[in-house]
Amino acid sequence: MAKGLYTKRNSGRKMDEVRPMSAKVGIVPSADGSAMFETGKTRAIAVVRGPRTLHPQHLQNAQTGILRVSYGMMPFSVSDRIRPGPNRRSEEISKVSEWALSSVVDLSGFPNTVVDVFIQIPQADAGTRVAGLNAAAMALAHAGIPMKEMVSAIGVGKIDKTLVVDLDKYEDSDYHEGEGSTDIPVVVTSRTKNVALLQLDGKISIPEFKETMEMAKKACNEILKVQMEALKNIGGSNE
Amino acid sequence: MVAEKRQIVIPGETIVSGNEFLPGDGVYRDGDDVVAGVYGIVNVFEKHVRVSPISGAYYPRRGNTIIGTIVDITFNGWLIDFGGAQNAFLPVAEVPRYINKNEMQEFLDFGESVIIKVWDVKSRGVDVSMKMRGYGKIGGGMIISVGPNKVPRIIGKEGSMVKLIKGATGCDITVGQNGKVWIYGKDTDSEVTARKIIEFIADNVTVAGLTKKVENFIRELGLKTGSVEIIAEDTDGGEQ
Repeated sequence: MAKGLYTKRNSGRKMDEVRPMSAKVGIVPSADGSAMFETGKTRAIAVVRGPRTLHPQHLQNAQTGILRVSYGMMPFSVSDRIRPGPNRRSEEISKVSEWALSSVVDLSGFPNTVVDVFIQIPQADAGTRVAGLNAAAMALAHAGIPMKEMVSAIGVGKIDKTLVVDLDKYEDSDYHEGEGSTDIPVVVTSRTKNVALLQLDGKISIPEFKETMEMAKKACNEILKVQMEALKNIGGSNE
Repeated sequence: MVAEKRQIVIPGETIVSGNEFLPGDGVYRDGDDVVAGVYGIVNVFEKHVRVSPISGAYYPRRGNTIIGTIVDITFNGWLIDFGGAQNAFLPVAEVPRYINKNEMQEFLDFGESVIIKVWDVKSRGVDVSMKMRGYGKIGGGMIISVGPNKVPRIIGKEGSMVKLIKGATGCDITVGQNGKVWIYGKDTDSEVTARKIIEFIADNVTVAGLTKKVENFIRELGLKTGSVEIIAEDTDGGEQ
């Protein structure tokens, strides 16, 4: 590993250490499924409604139900106010989240219907799309939607020359020394360990990239444990 | 991994391994493993493995009793909204009397509520019937919505909880598996009391020894838990 400028993490974490996580299922009693996922200061809530009949009718698929994901950050989620409503970034994240989740859900039993997933970020400190996906996977399971497996998501990356797991706001957008920071959100499926989403913002060499992927898979196993714990200790409560 | 009784599994989790097991509802086979395809509780009967969901929306199953509302009238039947993914279809032939097709709304009009039985579940929709005893048009009382996952607790073991409420309030109660409950009593007061008790159960579904708690709650309301006259005996909300 080449020596870099970033030898110690701002948060005091080890390079491959994820932020403290917590998860809870069933936070919105009126929904069909809901979940909250928190890593450090980032918090995401996901609500699932459906399957229900899709309108307008021309969007319906007679062979399968469709999944519709909507991601949004709340106006107060960062220290500057975010203008509410869809924007280019949130539309993109909605779309990629939809693709990532579509690879595990099986809606063939519900033709002409839609399953809506709403992801909201009440508090953001980088890694919101992965936190949102972790919450969404739990909420979909909680809604009783047939799924081949779960998904877990993590942001990995490179800060100057150092490979790190679970970047926070400072590492993701405020660090500009040396080679700057590279951010790679990864979604890994729980059983087959396939990659369901991979994005990359920045520069990284192929050997380094391979190493970050291994780090991501390890971190996703930890996240899966948290998700599993939350789903299993529901105690039949809520809804 | 060996399946324990009433264990909760998440999608993608291996329940049992071995070729002798048969995957049923909510599970699929991946090589030697039988894997959960839905979040829920494992049921292993002999070599038959299935997972039943413990949360989420209502999925109709054949034989369910449900309560719904007429949303459309077609040339040969009615469409009924029961809170599921699709509407249920009630054909004219599945109604217990002769219907003049020109005057279908004379029998069931838009917005009217019915107690129906799920006859067939296909991927495109649900066929229902109301030809048996205990099914038909709802002509009074009130319908409350509690959610499908609370239904087993409201019915109780072999209908014991429903019987308890019926006995205490004198109301006729039908619990639809889709999470809707029809209460019909002599007067509004007894219906409101029955609703209070059902809502109490719905708020305490996770509590152990619920029957005792409900009995206490009924006494707090100033009612007796013994048997009071029941105005109609023939509802079958008791069967799960």
